[in-house]
Amino acid sequence: MANNEIIKLKNISISFDEEKIIDNMNLYIRDKEFITFLGPSGCGKTTTLRIIAGFLQPDSGEVIFDGKVINDVPPHKRQLNTIFQRYALFPHLNVYENIAFGLRLQKISEKEIKETVTEMLSLVNLKGFERRNIASLSGGQQQRVAIARALAVKPKILLLDEPLGALDLKLRKDMQVELKNIQKRLGITFIYVTHDQEEALSMSDTIVVMNGGKIQQIGTPLDIYNEPKNAFVADFIGESNIIEGVMRADFWVEMAGNKFKCLDKGFGVDEEVDVVVRPEDVDIVKAEDGMISGKVTSITFKGVHYEIIVEIKGFKWMIQSTDYQEVGSTIGLVIEPDAIHIMKKSEYSGLYGDYSSFSEEFDELSDATVYEDEDE
Amino acid sequence: MGKKSTLLSRVIGAPYILWAVLFIIVPIGMVAYYAFTDATGAFTFDNMLEIGKYTDTFLLSIWLGLLATVISLVIAYPLAYIIANSGENRQKIMMMLIMLPMWMNFLLRTYSWMTILEDNGLLTTALNSIIEPLFQALGKEFEPIHLINTRGAVVLGMVYNFLPYMILPIYTVILKMDRSLIEAAQDLGCNKLQVFKNITIPLSLPGVVSGFTMVFVPSVSTFYISQKLGGTGTTLIGDIIETQFQTANNFHLGASLSFVLMILIFICLAVMNKFSDEDGEVII
Repeated sequence: MANNEIIKLKNISISFDEEKIIDNMNLYIRDKEFITFLGPSGCGKTTTLRIIAGFLQPDSGEVIFDGKVINDVPPHKRQLNTIFQRYALFPHLNVYENIAFGLRLQKISEKEIKETVTEMLSLVNLKGFERRNIASLSGGQQQRVAIARALAVKPKILLLDEPLGALDLKLRKDMQVELKNIQKRLGITFIYVTHDQEEALSMSDTIVVMNGGKIQQIGTPLDIYNEPKNAFVADFIGESNIIEGVMRADFWVEMAGNKFKCLDKGFGVDEEVDVVVRPEDVDIVKAEDGMISGKVTSITFKGVHYEIIVEIKGFKWMIQSTDYQEVGSTIGLVIEPDAIHIMKKSEYSGLYGDYSSFSEEFDELSDATVYEDEDE
Repeated sequence: MGKKSTLLSRVIGAPYILWAVLFIIVPIGMVAYYAFTDATGAFTFDNMLEIGKYTDTFLLSIWLGLLATVISLVIAYPLAYIIANSGENRQKIMMMLIMLPMWMNFLLRTYSWMTILEDNGLLTTALNSIIEPLFQALGKEFEPIHLINTRGAVVLGMVYNFLPYMILPIYTVILKMDRSLIEAAQDLGCNKLQVFKNITIPLSLPGVVSGFTMVFVPSVSTFYISQKLGGTGTTLIGDIIETQFQTANNFHLGASLSFVLMILIFICLAVMNKFSDEDGEVII
C-alpha cells in the first residue's frame, strides 16, 4: 500500500491570525483514488487543498508528493492542477485559448495544442465551443471549460475546490456523475473539497471528514455512514438520532428506558456511550408492540417519505416513514440490532442528534435563537 | 409597474438631461457655430482654412502630450502595481501621498516648478555644481545646464501634474483583479513573470486606457504649463486658443481651433481604444 501513496501530509499545522486552522494533520492519499475532504465551512478543508496546491505554506509539517518533500516547490512547478470555486477562467481569452493556456507555456507545437484542446473539449462535451467568449457561457459550461483547462496539462492529481457549489441541483447531479466518469476514464487522483455530504457519499472512494482543523474520520462512504466515529460525523453525514446510552454488556445497550440488542462489543461494562439510530432504520408499529413508544409531535411530507418527530422520554427522535401518522397519536418503535451503532463518548457528545428544536422551527420562525444551534 | 417607473425615472433624470443639454450640448453647438461663421454671422470656411498655419503647433502639442502620457504610463504602471500588491496600511499611505498634491492648487504647483527649474533655481544650481567639475576633469569647456523654457520642462510639468490620473485607474483595476485568476495561471505553470505578462497586463489594459485618456487630453490642450515652463519657444495649441479669446479677440478662429483639437483628440483616443482591446471595456 505504501508504494502507491501519491501525497502524504505529515504533521501539518497552519494558523491565520493566531487562530489554528489546521492542527497537526496526518494523511496519505493513494494514487488514482477519488478522495473527498468533507466538512462545514471553516473546518480547514479548502486550506488543506491550498497547501497541497502550493498556494499556502504550512507553519510546520511536510507535504510529500511521490516520495519527495515539496514544501518549497512553487505552485507552477507542482504536477497538480486546481479547479477553483468560481472557475477562475481568463476573461480576456476565449474557450480555446483558456484550455490552451497551460500547453502554450510548455512550448508545445501548435498542432499538438490543437489536438489536445479538441480532445479535452470532447471529453467535457463542449465540441464547437472553441471561439466562444467566456462571458457568454453558462455556469455549467464554464465549469466544463475549467475542467478541460486543468486536465489539458495532464496533471497527476486534480484538486477540486467545491467545484459544483455554484450550479443548480439538477446540473450538480449530472456533473457529479460526469466528474466521476472522467476520473475513472483518466485514472488520475481527484482530491475533492465539499460541504455537501450527499455529493461526498456518491462520488468518493475515500472520505475525510474534517471539523475544527482536525480529521474526524477517514473511511469509505459506507464506513463513514454506517460506523461514524463520533456524534459530529454521525450528525454531519445524513440525519441521525444520537441518544445517550449505557453498554450493559457486549451486544447489549440500554437507552430510552429499554435494553436493545446490538452488534457492537469491546466497551467497558456500564460504559456511557452515544448511540446512533438512523431515521430510516426505525420501524413504526402499534404502541403496544413497540420496544419503546412515544407521542408524535409533528409530521412533515418530504416527497419520498414523511419526517415524523416522536417524543420518547423527553428526547425527540426523527423517524422517516412512508406511512402517515396522526400528530398526537402514540406509536411504538422497533429497532433491529443492525440499525444500532455505538460510539465512544467524545467532545461532540450531547451537541448533535436531538430533534427537539426541529419541530419548533415553524412555531418560532421569528425567534433567531432557534437557528443559532443549527449547523456551523 | 412598467409605466410608472418610466415616468419616475424620467422625472428623476430630467435635471441631469437639462444639465447635459445646457452645459454640454449647447456649448459644443456654440463652438461649432463660431467655428463656421465670420464676424457678421455668415457661414464660412475661412477659419478652418486659417488653421493650416498652426499645423506645426498642433503636431507639437500632440507630440508633447503623447510623450508626457507615455512617460506617465512608464512611471505609473510599476508604481500602481507595487501599491496594489502591498499591505492595506501601506496602500492607504501611498495613495494619500499620491492624492495630496492634487489638493494643492494647479497653478501653484506649476509655478513652484518654475522656481525649481529656473537658471539660478534649486535644481539647476545643484546639477551644475555636480557637472562643472566633471567637465573640468575632462578638459572641456563647461556649459551650464539650462532647464526652464525647454520642451523637457513642459513635459515634466505635464507628467508631474497629471501623473495621479494615470496611477489611479491602473491601481484600481489591478486591485480589483480576481486573485484566483493569478493563482489559476500559476497553477497551469506560469512563473511570476509569465503571470504578469499573460494575466496582469492584459487584464489591466482597461485601466491603462482610462489613464491614457485622462493624461493625454489635458496634456494636449494645456496652456498654463507651456507658458510657465516652456517660455516663448514652446507654444502649444492651448496657448494659441487662449490668445484668440483673451487678447486677439478672434472668437471664430479660437472656436475653430478648439473644434479641430476636439476632433483630433477624439481620433487619438479612438485609435488607442481600437489598439488596446476588441471588447474594450473602458472605465473612466
